[in-house]
Amino acid sequence: MIRAENITKRYRRRDGEVLALDAVSLEVAEGEFVSIAGPSGCGKSTLLLTLGCLIHPSEGKVWLDGRSVYDLSHGEAAALRLNTIGFVFQTFNLVPYLTALENVQLPLYLSGLSPIQQRERAGHLLDKVGLGDRLSHKPSELSVGQQQRVALARTLANQPRLILADEPTGNLDPALAEEMLDHLQELHQEGVTVVMVTHDPRMAGRAQRQLRLLDGRVNGPWASA
Amino acid sequence: MTTFRLVLKELRERKSQLVTSFVAIALGITVIVAVRTMSYFSEKAVARELDNLGANVLILPKGATVTNYYTADFGEYVMPESYVNDITTSQLKGVDNLSPKLTEAISVSGQPVYLTGILPKNEFKSKPAWQSADGVFARPEGCGAVVPGAVAKALGGSAQGSSAPAPRQAVVEDLGDAEVMVGSDVASRFGLKVGATLPIKGESFAVKSVLPSTGTVDDTRVFAHLHTVQRLFHRGQVVNAIEMIGCCKEISKGLIDGLNRLLPEAKVVTIKQIAQTQLSTNTMMERFSLIFLVIILLVGAVSIANYMLANVYERRKEIGTLLALGATRRRVSSIFFLKSALLGVTGGLAGYVAGTVLAVGLGPRLAGVPVLPLPSLAGWAVLLALVVSVLASALPVAKAARLDPAEILREG
Repeated sequence: MIRAENITKRYRRRDGEVLALDAVSLEVAEGEFVSIAGPSGCGKSTLLLTLGCLIHPSEGKVWLDGRSVYDLSHGEAAALRLNTIGFVFQTFNLVPYLTALENVQLPLYLSGLSPIQQRERAGHLLDKVGLGDRLSHKPSELSVGQQQRVALARTLANQPRLILADEPTGNLDPALAEEMLDHLQELHQEGVTVVMVTHDPRMAGRAQRQLRLLDGRVNGPWASA
Repeated sequence: MTTFRLVLKELRERKSQLVTSFVAIALGITVIVAVRTMSYFSEKAVARELDNLGANVLILPKGATVTNYYTADFGEYVMPESYVNDITTSQLKGVDNLSPKLTEAISVSGQPVYLTGILPKNEFKSKPAWQSADGVFARPEGCGAVVPGAVAKALGGSAQGSSAPAPRQAVVEDLGDAEVMVGSDVASRFGLKVGATLPIKGESFAVKSVLPSTGTVDDTRVFAHLHTVQRLFHRGQVVNAIEMIGCCKEISKGLIDGLNRLLPEAKVVTIKQIAQTQLSTNTMMERFSLIFLVIILLVGAVSIANYMLANVYERRKEIGTLLALGATRRRVSSIFFLKSALLGVTGGLAGYVAGTVLAVGLGPRLAGVPVLPLPSLAGWAVLLALVVSVLASALPVAKAARLDPAEILREG
């Protein structure tokens, strides 16, 4: 489904150039659950955001469903993120002044659904994650676990075929982290492709296939590293 | 969720920050509306006062001088009456009033008196071409209404016996072939009253009215219909002066040049003191308003730009999330532009209301004239605030749309 071909990403800093990704190549098939593990600062988030059409690589190409994503126009790339990709952020990134329902409505609003359709679908999704009674609560009025579920409901709003999860358990206690992984596994079982980056080898182990990223290079399965 | 709802929710969330820029733009518009409303009515009052001074442009035959005009002694200097028609049917703007005159010396009971022929208003009305003459009588704002025809004030005031009408209404509506109006000197010298008969060149004329004293040569005049005077003196269709009230602004914008081009055989004279006073009064008011406007709008714009910049910075994470969720840069821009537009429209409306209340309340004390609300300013106030707000937000919005979502999301 998604294929990265020799992607290199360099950042220019005042004190010189930093190589975040060094000719990374990987391929994730449709319906796979892949984890990419590695220590902090090894380029995991950069890799994930590159796969998600958000960071233009210095070299190399990323193919999604056979299309080179960085050859797409800005609008086409936005449409791809809207309809095909769902991000799970470590810090949830909920909009603080919107209620749980409105936060989940956001992707539906961006895809042009009517407010009634948005409310129906967002309500249904929140119901599904057990927050049917918290629709009008703002993020600050919700527990961390509830916020995490609102964020997940928002990720799933437009039924993405590819989920890119950036340290999805990084801010959660062990019980909530397990719960998050359960959700991702469930989605994987429903046929959704999941790519998760984590620094936690235990969480990485729950994926179907594990890769290890070190100094900007993918070094093969975590287990064999 | 709609863009509008999203913007409203955000506005409600950060009310305290919003208040400063809302107040800045509303205050700016308040001052502009208040100054404009007061100066509008004050300019009108000044224009009314100044117009009492009489004609400010004279059109005379080529060889005649202003002295000829003031002494009413034109000798043989005449010009065609058709000049009046030429002016009314031309595209010249700012011609507020036209009063053609033909003055001849006569004697009444052996004493010299001036007989001046004038065109009453109904003569202007009777010519469809003059009525439809586009622009000629269109009086720019601040100059008052247009009343074609001989103005009684140029003759020394309104008819005796009637209450003093507003200057603009002081027009000789009608004057019959066998009727005359007499100046105060003439009336007292010959004991003339309304209804009396005055013989002129062997014909009898009924005194239609006696004009109040003006202290000018007009007091020693007898006024009859222009065509009657032309007939009595076998002059043909000629006049020896056309008095004109040119609108103050238009005089400086080429009205005189236009008249000179239109009537190359005539002499166009500006009565400088009158025109200059009108001109400088209006210019002063305009400059005053303009300087105010620019400073106040700049302050409002800077406040809005500052607020929007801070807002964009504060909402970096939200913008990054929206872009990651699939929002286009155009969508992000529209959210911020809608916000600034809302700020502009509400600020403009609030400013209009406050400015109008201020002008109506303070106008009589500050400008010494009664001030009424000017509804037409509401649209301008909103439009101005909208334009300022949107322009001031352009840079912050561009910054928001150019934010790199990856950079923001990596910040965590």
